[in-house]
Amino acid sequence: MYNSSICSFMFSTNILQPRMVIARLSCTLKTHQNVRIGHCTKVPRNVNMEKLQHGYLFPEIERHELMHLEMYPHANVIDLGIGDTTQPLPTIVTSSMVDFVHGLSTATGYKGYGPEQGEKALRKAISVTFYKDLGIKPSEVFVSDGAQCDITRLQLLMGPNLKIAVQDPSFPAYIDSSVIIGQAGKFVDKAGKYKNIEYMTCGPQSDFFPDLPTISRTELIFFNSPNNPTGHAATRKQLEQLVDFAKVNGSIIIFDSAYSAYITDDSPKSIYEIPGAREVAIEVSSFSKFAGFTGVRLGWTVVPEELLYSNGFPVVHDFNRIMCTCFNGASNIAQAGGLACLSPEGLRAMQTLVDYYMENARILVDALTSLGLTVYGGKNAPYVWVHFPGSKSWNVFAEILEKTHIITVPGSGFGPGGEEYIRISAFGQRDSIIEASKRLKYLIYQEQN
Amino acid sequence: MSITHSLTTSLSSSSSAFLAPSSFNSRGQVSLPVKSVSICKCVATPEAETAYKTGVTRNPNMGKLQAGYLFPEIARRRSAHLLKYPDAKVISLGIGDTTEPIPEVITDAMSKRSHALSTIEGYSGYGAEQGEKPLRRALASTFYSDLGIEEDDIFVSDGAKCDISRLQIVFGSNVKMAVQDPSYPAYVDSSVIMGQTGLYQKDVEKFANIEYMRCNPENGFFPDLSSISRPDIIFFCSPNNPTGAAATREQLTQLVQFAKDNGSIVIHDSAYAMYISGDNPRSIFEIPGAKEVAIETSSFSKYAGFTGVRLGWTVVPKQLLFSDGFPVAKDFNRIVCTCFNGASNISQAGGLACLSPDGLKAMRDVIGFYKENTDIIMETFDSLGFKVYGGKDAPYVWVHFPGRSSWDVFAEILEKTHVVTTPGSGFGPGGEGFIRVSAFGHRENVLEACRRFKQLYK
Repeated sequence: MYNSSICSFMFSTNILQPRMVIARLSCTLKTHQNVRIGHCTKVPRNVNMEKLQHGYLFPEIERHELMHLEMYPHANVIDLGIGDTTQPLPTIVTSSMVDFVHGLSTATGYKGYGPEQGEKALRKAISVTFYKDLGIKPSEVFVSDGAQCDITRLQLLMGPNLKIAVQDPSFPAYIDSSVIIGQAGKFVDKAGKYKNIEYMTCGPQSDFFPDLPTISRTELIFFNSPNNPTGHAATRKQLEQLVDFAKVNGSIIIFDSAYSAYITDDSPKSIYEIPGAREVAIEVSSFSKFAGFTGVRLGWTVVPEELLYSNGFPVVHDFNRIMCTCFNGASNIAQAGGLACLSPEGLRAMQTLVDYYMENARILVDALTSLGLTVYGGKNAPYVWVHFPGSKSWNVFAEILEKTHIITVPGSGFGPGGEEYIRISAFGQRDSIIEASKRLKYLIYQEQN
Repeated sequence: MSITHSLTTSLSSSSSAFLAPSSFNSRGQVSLPVKSVSICKCVATPEAETAYKTGVTRNPNMGKLQAGYLFPEIARRRSAHLLKYPDAKVISLGIGDTTEPIPEVITDAMSKRSHALSTIEGYSGYGAEQGEKPLRRALASTFYSDLGIEEDDIFVSDGAKCDISRLQIVFGSNVKMAVQDPSYPAYVDSSVIMGQTGLYQKDVEKFANIEYMRCNPENGFFPDLSSISRPDIIFFCSPNNPTGAAATREQLTQLVQFAKDNGSIVIHDSAYAMYISGDNPRSIFEIPGAKEVAIETSSFSKYAGFTGVRLGWTVVPKQLLFSDGFPVAKDFNRIVCTCFNGASNISQAGGLACLSPDGLKAMRDVIGFYKENTDIIMETFDSLGFKVYGGKDAPYVWVHFPGRSSWDVFAEILEKTHVVTTPGSGFGPGGEGFIRVSAFGHRENVLEACRRFKQLYK
């Protein structure tokens, strides 16, 4: 696939990459003019890596941002692209981490390796706080350094010889990790899909829930609710259908509840609120979006004891093995912070953070709706999903960036079902959100007249 | 202390059948791993008769694994020992877990970063998955100055063990691996999980399709490379865990040449490099030509006591290419961006402080303390007439018990002295007949453990 001339060209292209203008580093590989193709090993490139299309979505967006800043060095760019939290952590949380860190410098307070599954007190607090009355035991909770890492570890656990289903659109890590592990076939450009992956269309016509009778049987079903990017929270009835579907097909649901703290209606916050889910579902979640731990790194996965492979072997034992072999535990400092989040005062502080971002979402929804656009999400998630009928989402992204200096996310980055949509994140300072709303109003007002 | 946590967690995370008294025999001659597998099957069978089962086939690679991972297994046996002797004062020189406080110059930086996260100006969310730029720069200048490694060759991680697994994902299932024998079990186990191996062959205690490079006293703990069949990937740890042997410049030069001749990639694990006493290389990149054949992975765990804080790094030079000329670093970058979300920003602040002049001095002082512990253990076994290896360049002592099963020696020492060690065969078949004694411990515990060894073996 690659020959010397292509590599040479690639290096030349990289030389032209703009210099770093923001703290975050571009994922594009940089090199220098004096590098030439030298010794090649005889190790073949992993064929699964070759299947991947483009770089990972969010670094791609960042690359566009860098190019934009190169062109407009003085632009006041507002980033409503990647869902990155912006508000400070509550003092009750940071002070517990400060205290813990201080303890690490004392003979009595020092701690080395913790259990890979997480500190006992934190596992218990998670089971009591989020799964009270749902039968989840502390021993079924595995603390991690974030949901994205857990998704990969689950894929590694399940291995290459199975098929996955994903919502379309959905968070790209499910698909990309599936390709990387070897579960997917080749990418079909025309359809915008990988072979061997079942894309469950989730659009407004089906209330952003898949039409399950049309879905082929797969071993794994990745299901995110509230969904990223659409913001839709599945109803109790919808989740009951999903659990029944998994049961009938003998599938395992990997339920991503990273945004469940944002649910404002009576939609279930956990898959385990549905009877029978313990036999078919794993749940993955994170402190990132409800506690602002995006840079601190803390999440968890629930694997019930009743979840069994076809031979009767408990999945939880294999997941425990993966955690013990491929992971060494979440940072003990992050775990101390996580435990503080789940205190009564901590939970109140988390709710204040969530409310702040939801007010941001409301501002965005109101602004865009007032312009006559069709807007989804924003009610149970900190994302707004805006329809631009007939337009290519990357073109809309480029236009918005070019004309308003606002970073959004093109819907097709989340799968072919995301085409014609733009995701706008509500994570931001209030004044930035208000300013962005004004710019969008101005732009779209201009376009409409 | 963390071992206790691990014990409790192991108890709570395992099925209770694992710990049924009738299943456990601390003096059993039967191979423990096999027994554990049997226990698993016993657990599954009754449930299979009545419980709902999914239609998802278990990953056959998981089925290939033998027993649990080594260190939780040792923790389980320690737990059983404490049930038998509730008042025993157990000293753990098993898992290489640091015990001394983290120096204040380092914890201060982490405290400041934690506090800053509660301020508008100091808050930071997602960082670059590759790590914060100042930290990458400091790593390049501290450990790789004059070696041609640049900051963008360095990927900060949450620890070397996680990076080993991520590297295995980069390479995929269709590569053949070589490991030192004995060596750190995560290399072999992650290879099995990824699907790079065949089944476990009980007679030789090896997985099929892995090249085990025997490292023993007879060859100076460096493999006879002329007898090794070509692998794609060579995991090489120096100073080695568990033997403690640090490869010489000449040996590493041979290794790089071997990799070059065979078109292989060396994954050099330098987690213990700061313990090197003499003039052996501390990085594979001190060897000319290494940038075209090698990756290096390392960690702050054993230098700064970051075992629970979680921070490491991997170096993937731009010059390292797959057979089609595609840069390995580009694929690793993709894996890091897709399968990881960056190391904790608080840990990274600590890592940066480690690399200041005060931080480096503080780390060397802690390392010096553990090296003194090592000397104490070495002298003890030496005075008892044992053949003792390692110790000089690593915080592990590798003690020979000729003719004996290492699990038996482990059990004997635990039973009679209440000291936890690590059986050599846990690190591969080449570890049989040895035990690893860790020097991580409080001084008084190390001294007490040595008194007990003398009592037992005098």
